[in-house]
Amino acid sequence: MFFSESRIKEIEEIKKRYPEGRHKSALLPVLHLAQADHSWLSVDLMDEVARLLKLEPIEVYEVASFYTMFHLKPVGKYVIEVCRTGPCCNVGAEELIHHMEDKLGIRIGETTSDGLFTLKTVECLAACGTGPVLQIGPEYHYHENLTPEKFDQLISELRAKA
Amino acid sequence: MSDKLKVTIDGTTIEVDKGTTILQAARMIGKNYPPAMCYYTPLKNTGGKCRVCLVKVAQASEANPRPMPKLVASCLTQVEQGMVVENETSPEVLEARNGVVEFLLINHPLDCPVCDQAGECDLQNLSFDHGKGITRYEEGRREFEKIDIGSKVQLHMTRCILCYRCVYLADQLTEKRVHGVINRGDVSEISTYIQNAIENDFSGNIIDVCPVGALTDKTYRFKQRVWFSKPFDAHRNCSKCSGKTVLWMKGDDIIRVTSRKDKFGEVIDFICNECRYDHKNPADWVIEGPRHIEDTSVISANKYELPVVSPAVNVDAKFVSE
Amino acid sequence: MGKKILLEHVDVPGIQTLEVYRKMGGYQAVEKALKSMNPDEVVEEVKKSGLRGRGGAGFPTGMKWSFLDKKSDKPRYLVCNADESEPGTFKDRYLMQRIPHMLIEGMICSSFALGARTSYIYVRGEMMYVIRILEKAIAEAYAAGLLGKNILGSDYSLDLYVQPGGGAYICGEETALLESLEGKRGNPRNKPPFPAVWGLYGCPTVVNNVETIADVPWIINHGGDAYAAIGIGKSTGTKLISACGNIKKPGVYEIELGVPVEEFIYSDEYCGGITEGRKLKAVVAGGSSVPILPADLILTTANNEKRLMTYESLSDGGFVSGTMLGSGGFIVFDDRQCIVRNLWNFSRFYHHESCGQCSPCREGTGWMEKVLHRIEHGHGKMSDIDLLVDVAKKIEGKTICPLGEAAAWPVASAIRHFRAEFEEHVRNPDSCLKKHLHREAALAH
Repeated sequence: MFFSESRIKEIEEIKKRYPEGRHKSALLPVLHLAQADHSWLSVDLMDEVARLLKLEPIEVYEVASFYTMFHLKPVGKYVIEVCRTGPCCNVGAEELIHHMEDKLGIRIGETTSDGLFTLKTVECLAACGTGPVLQIGPEYHYHENLTPEKFDQLISELRAKA
Repeated sequence: MSDKLKVTIDGTTIEVDKGTTILQAARMIGKNYPPAMCYYTPLKNTGGKCRVCLVKVAQASEANPRPMPKLVASCLTQVEQGMVVENETSPEVLEARNGVVEFLLINHPLDCPVCDQAGECDLQNLSFDHGKGITRYEEGRREFEKIDIGSKVQLHMTRCILCYRCVYLADQLTEKRVHGVINRGDVSEISTYIQNAIENDFSGNIIDVCPVGALTDKTYRFKQRVWFSKPFDAHRNCSKCSGKTVLWMKGDDIIRVTSRKDKFGEVIDFICNECRYDHKNPADWVIEGPRHIEDTSVISANKYELPVVSPAVNVDAKFVSE
Repeated sequence: MGKKILLEHVDVPGIQTLEVYRKMGGYQAVEKALKSMNPDEVVEEVKKSGLRGRGGAGFPTGMKWSFLDKKSDKPRYLVCNADESEPGTFKDRYLMQRIPHMLIEGMICSSFALGARTSYIYVRGEMMYVIRILEKAIAEAYAAGLLGKNILGSDYSLDLYVQPGGGAYICGEETALLESLEGKRGNPRNKPPFPAVWGLYGCPTVVNNVETIADVPWIINHGGDAYAAIGIGKSTGTKLISACGNIKKPGVYEIELGVPVEEFIYSDEYCGGITEGRKLKAVVAGGSSVPILPADLILTTANNEKRLMTYESLSDGGFVSGTMLGSGGFIVFDDRQCIVRNLWNFSRFYHHESCGQCSPCREGTGWMEKVLHRIEHGHGKMSDIDLLVDVAKKIEGKTICPLGEAAAWPVASAIRHFRAEFEEHVRNPDSCLKKHLHREAALAH
């Protein structure tokens, strides 16, 4: 079972947003739900999404691999996605990313050995006025105006929560 | 008023039906038509991607005599009454085309000496006609993890120019598509994503529509350089397809079976995998006679007397051993 | 203080809720449009207003609306482009987060004008929390009879949905957005046909930016002429400017079009000047894809006229000495910033965000990034600089969608105005690199 009953109902509701025969439109919203439930998109999970939306599996792979929010490999409990684009770098993102790597003891793209954190850089999150910025799924709240101290505090809080 | 539209391409005027594209009109004129690496008449929705067929519209129409602001894809742009098009007479077009050829080659492995497509490769021809023969690209070339797509077709992703023809073909000609374009940008690749064979009655046609050596016939691998083999038109009674094929012979042996292509390199009748792979005995076929080969082809014209590839470019040994 | 059309009530407590929004005059435009106007009259007011697309292209909205194929018997769609991803731009997120009902009111009025019965707001997936805010506001609007069947008792019905993206800058291009909304890869379509004829599901469709749509209620309430009276010439009305970089007060500002650039940068009403009393070096005035201008040219045109925040004034001088208003993403660089490093960063962005469909963009963006990476990291050659200019030229105008230009313009303009800095990187790579050694994080892919 990949999806709970309420999720299946939710997916059926999402399909109703689009005209008859256009249920493929539900693919992105459903992939987001799938990832929220399972943290990453395995082949089996994508095949299940294909079955639910009556698509060929390759149609799901094509789409999931196009969009950078979807994780096609296992990730940590918290995926920290930090912006690396120009405006954030103007206000210290590069130094911050360096600090994040040191703090967690991993490089960009890696997961801490306790499986808690995966560090990813992403392109512009549309928070250039409040950079540096990072977000953490599946809620994707923004953490803005970051400093090394704020980041350390965030990590402590997440560790305490886990 | 007639339904025909008048269009002038490089100074030659022709009347065509409404809905005709600039590329089709140019092909009707029959000389110096724009090249096409992704557009493919037999497959719906192809075109617009490779950008080698860009032309200049010097006059949009009789009613609107202004030029179009940008070069347009001739494969998709429909002719208007009184349109004036510049193809090879426009230095801007030639420069743009030269640029696109360079883009298509910067990550290409240039492994023609070990590529089965060599001699019937659209990219080779395009480079010969519109390339510079030297490269300004000094960065590393793109590589992909190799994947196996079955016993009949060999995929060399490094050679692919992402024309999408094989994807459209699988959608339009076969029951179920198991391959597609995955990932994004310059790491996009033709893939099945999971280990999966592309095999159904008509899957072999992806070889024939591929403009480069990205999809080649595994059963023909390294058997013969194409210009040393002799093509014959042949047919057989087939329940799945027209049975009209080209047999590529080495002595008395059939080394490869392909569909027949027109002078624009487009398949006339798609053939089934049974005809392509399972009848390598000449006795299975009615041989009609030698295949007429366009005089533009290396097979008949010895076109590649001049070096296509800069001698400075070394073919990596790994491509030879692949 | 300039006139505020969008942000007048942004700081009112509870403005996110329908109740407070209505108390502040919200949804009057829906009442007015549905009860006393016909769709064509709404279109006419928008035409009169001179409103231009606020997403970046600046195309007249009324004209775009009038292109919609009304002869077709297919359903028509309005799709709001809330895929805000252009580096330097964050005004739409601000607006949706702070006053979600303003966008919803605009969507109802605009959908009515266009005859759309189902409309979508396509929000970039990263803004999941904004999607929740919008969904909540939409639910409130349904409950109040402002959405759904027979809105406010009229015979007009509309369903409005929010669609999440999945992380792809290219989906801000309207046809890529439509492909994505159809559940596909965000590959832009070849045009023509334009969405007005062949849009969502092959039906006539208008795609408008968040800010554009949010402007519509005010235009309906006050009339197109009143809107056109604000601003200068063909730059009518107000514009949200996202200001960021090395300024004292980064943020979203609503300006009357026509404010002098110098005032915008230095006045305390807006950016408040450069941080730490540094000197202004350069500005990217309309989001990362518009040409960068050095301090002297952003403040005054080549003819020595004061540069104004208008479409026309910012583009004065063409690409030789001008730039564009674009999306209003205003990125300020102080004299510590390295133009080469920033350009490498932007080039990496466009390389990363190219959909890969057409060859000049797929191959050219990666090529430019690699050459810039070499120059920035001390392995550049003098000939690389002209090579970059030539590669940019061979991408520009040759691609399916404007990402080609977006990738080419920053390269062409940075080299045009700051060539000496590139040459210095080639000549003295060590001293240039040293400045950044402490910044070297693992920013490779």
